[in-house]
Amino acid sequence: MEARFHAAAAALTAHTRGHEVSTLWFSAERSDFVRFNRGLVRQAGTVTQIYARVHLIVGRRHADVTVTLAGNHDDDAAIAAALDELRDVLEGAPEDPFLLYATEVHSTRRVHRGSLAEPERAVSALVDAGVGADLVGFYAAGPTYRGFANSFGQRNWHEVESFNLEWSLYQRADKAIKSGYAGFNWRDDELARRMATAKAQYAALERAPHTVAPGKYRAWLTPAALNELTSMLSWGGFSGRARETRQSCLLRMQTGDARMADAVSLTENLGEGIAPEFQGDGFVRPATVPLVTRGALGEALVSPRTAKEFGVAHNGASASEGPDALDMAAGELPAAEALARLDRGIFVGNLWYLNFSDRAACRVTGMTRFGTFWVEGGEIVAPLSVMRFDDSMFRLLGDRLEGLSAERDFIPSAMTYRERAVDSARLPSALVSELTLTL
Amino acid sequence: MLHTATSLFHSLRCDGSFWSLRLVDERSESLAVRRDVPQPASRARDRGAMVTVYADGGAGYAATSDVSVAGVQAALDRAARWARSTASRSVIDFRAVEMPASRGDFESPGVDVPWPRARWYEVLAAESRAARVDAAVVDWEASIELRTAEHVYLTSHGAQVRQRYRFVMPGLSATANAGAVTQTRTLRGGRGVCQQGGVEVLARFGFEGAGRQVGEEAVALLAAPECPTGRMNVLLMPDQMILQIHESIGHPLELDRILGDERNFAGTSFVTPDMFGAYRYGSDLLDVTFDPTRPEEFASYGFDDDGTPAERAYVIRKGILERPLGGLLSQRRASMPGVANARADNWNRPPIDRMANLNLEAGDASFDELVRTVQNGVLMATNSSWSIDDSRNKFQFGCEYGRLIEDGKLTRVVRNPNYRGVSASFWRSLLRVGNDATREVLGTPYCGKGEPAQVIRVGHASPACVFGDVEVFGGEA
Repeated sequence: MEARFHAAAAALTAHTRGHEVSTLWFSAERSDFVRFNRGLVRQAGTVTQIYARVHLIVGRRHADVTVTLAGNHDDDAAIAAALDELRDVLEGAPEDPFLLYATEVHSTRRVHRGSLAEPERAVSALVDAGVGADLVGFYAAGPTYRGFANSFGQRNWHEVESFNLEWSLYQRADKAIKSGYAGFNWRDDELARRMATAKAQYAALERAPHTVAPGKYRAWLTPAALNELTSMLSWGGFSGRARETRQSCLLRMQTGDARMADAVSLTENLGEGIAPEFQGDGFVRPATVPLVTRGALGEALVSPRTAKEFGVAHNGASASEGPDALDMAAGELPAAEALARLDRGIFVGNLWYLNFSDRAACRVTGMTRFGTFWVEGGEIVAPLSVMRFDDSMFRLLGDRLEGLSAERDFIPSAMTYRERAVDSARLPSALVSELTLTL
Repeated sequence: MLHTATSLFHSLRCDGSFWSLRLVDERSESLAVRRDVPQPASRARDRGAMVTVYADGGAGYAATSDVSVAGVQAALDRAARWARSTASRSVIDFRAVEMPASRGDFESPGVDVPWPRARWYEVLAAESRAARVDAAVVDWEASIELRTAEHVYLTSHGAQVRQRYRFVMPGLSATANAGAVTQTRTLRGGRGVCQQGGVEVLARFGFEGAGRQVGEEAVALLAAPECPTGRMNVLLMPDQMILQIHESIGHPLELDRILGDERNFAGTSFVTPDMFGAYRYGSDLLDVTFDPTRPEEFASYGFDDDGTPAERAYVIRKGILERPLGGLLSQRRASMPGVANARADNWNRPPIDRMANLNLEAGDASFDELVRTVQNGVLMATNSSWSIDDSRNKFQFGCEYGRLIEDGKLTRVVRNPNYRGVSASFWRSLLRVGNDATREVLGTPYCGKGEPAQVIRVGHASPACVFGDVEVFGGEA
């Protein structure tokens, strides 16, 4: 695929005229997708796709068109046609005062090849490992590619070969344990180990569910649950544009009316993620950006366009200005003592379907989901009937935060909308003195 | 494209018991003026092929952006290998599945009428300028997205379906700020105005001239008190009703969720197969139809992506649950009737059960009568927040804009109106349904579901409705 990228980049350069500047964002994958239900295969398939976003700049006028490529000799004509289409669009198009793109050539190459299972073998391994359980899940595997090129000669290439398997063991209705196995080198014994852990947790689901009344409860949030909460902060919270237009959910931190606990430090840590180190305007991104430091608001993720619009410096953020590798600093709580430290309250395995009930106050609602239990005396009593929470993130990560675990999980995104995501998070568990349940 | 697709199809070889080719060619164009600055035009042409093969009782699919004969043949071979390698482990015995051999066409209204492209930056610029009614407005935008699509579906059993669409999606928003308070107002939500057709779509919603109102309402919300807390009646406007229908009727009635396919991601359903035909989902006033036949509605089509002809059907009648939203394969698995809703969001995703157009039928109450029904409560308009459990039961929704109803009259504006409830009981508290004059045909381009994930177009038409004894609250606290 790298050769196809370079061929497309060469076509871009060849068809760009003297007074023009052009860029190319190349996004491709070859993915095996298998979904499972009732311990069997529900759908199995393979998707091979190449998307190329061609961006043409003439003076301060510019436009882009995204096209599919075949990955063969037809791509040259497709790139040429895209540029011709854009020339038509630019006829009479308004000038853009906020155009900013990289003019210094900074080429990079990062290739992480893995050792994946043959897809049919991965299917067999999961089905066999799940025998006896009501297993539902999804396997996505194969290489993902991102590339950037421009008519100045810059070339950036990012290739990762990975797999992401998620499965749930259902006891009944909505009671389940969700597990995952993601990485670069498939090992049957590691899948077996994780399945054994899941089945051990599953035993607790067989007890009658415990129902609690709305109120405030002590809670231990696993990294998966905390990931749902921090994903809400990532929904515009760190965006430079949102900050400049007072739409960030961290507005209260911006105005000095709120802060988080000293234990909370959040960093965009691309250096330890799986996302590309370059972005669509050709800028290479810094390895780290401090977003929250010891509870205080840090830098925003500022795209080149936002920088021009608001007269601030950019830090190579993508147009979405969201983190691609959110990293929360570890704390000191031993995760192995989660139940003992919780003592009495709710062990939250996962949260689900979060949204803002008051964005400006960073108040968030959502549901408990997989692997959530009522705990008393440091022991699991029963699975919890699903409950709705509605609470301020400034409290959960502020005065109600008792501590963060010393251990952290690396959580590669399992999202597959349009293409397989390459963002990730590295997060600890969190112990909070009160989580407000409302329904 | 039909000729190209047919020629391609006849060049392919496959020894499966059934195989299909679905070609998709979509073009889109987005224009926007934000903070009075024209944003660069952005276009897309997304073209690819999906093939599906049944062999030895299994099924497999493969998709490719290489639509040459060699590229699609390679995909077909891969799909056949998937079918055979998973046959012994398949949830469905595909030998027992008889796929339809439908032949036909579908077109959006006026699909070939040229779009008057030249003036659109001016229209958007005018609405953008108008939205900034006050210095408190800190962000404002007018935009439009146009999308044309041609889908061709051919099968070894003789199906030949060609469908051509044009989707129109205008948007207006204004955000106002004062200190630590920020409020946003939009035209029927983010892309809530979405229909098939041409420029008449914008006229239906008064797009030209709406910029000022959006700006004024955003500013008014800054000074408004928080929505009150308590149990009270609510009047939900169509641009909130569509979300209520979508989340707490549409998704729980999707048959693949009921069958468990989505439990690892989108979730299950509180609805079980035994409930169809007898379960009281809502009050006697609740009539809900699956209706792919309304020409302008966003998810109207002639055939679903399994080639099943699409027809209007009641899913809830006089409050009683009648049928699930399940396509051909799900119907066979559940031994239940369903609808033609096996849909894929693009060429690179396989069909799954989606809700398409799901509409709440109009009642007999005028808007003024609805307000009088509430007596003391809150009118809520335009969804801004949505959250519901994985069984689609416990929900909490928020709106951009609220107005108190006191003594049967609309009074003060309130901000951050939220409410929560439980699907299984909420619809039984439906007290009054607005008449056709209160109804709007809306939808969303962003319904997410599936593994691999898909984001698909759905349409919802609904009148304004009144619900009794709802838990209502505002922001902060």
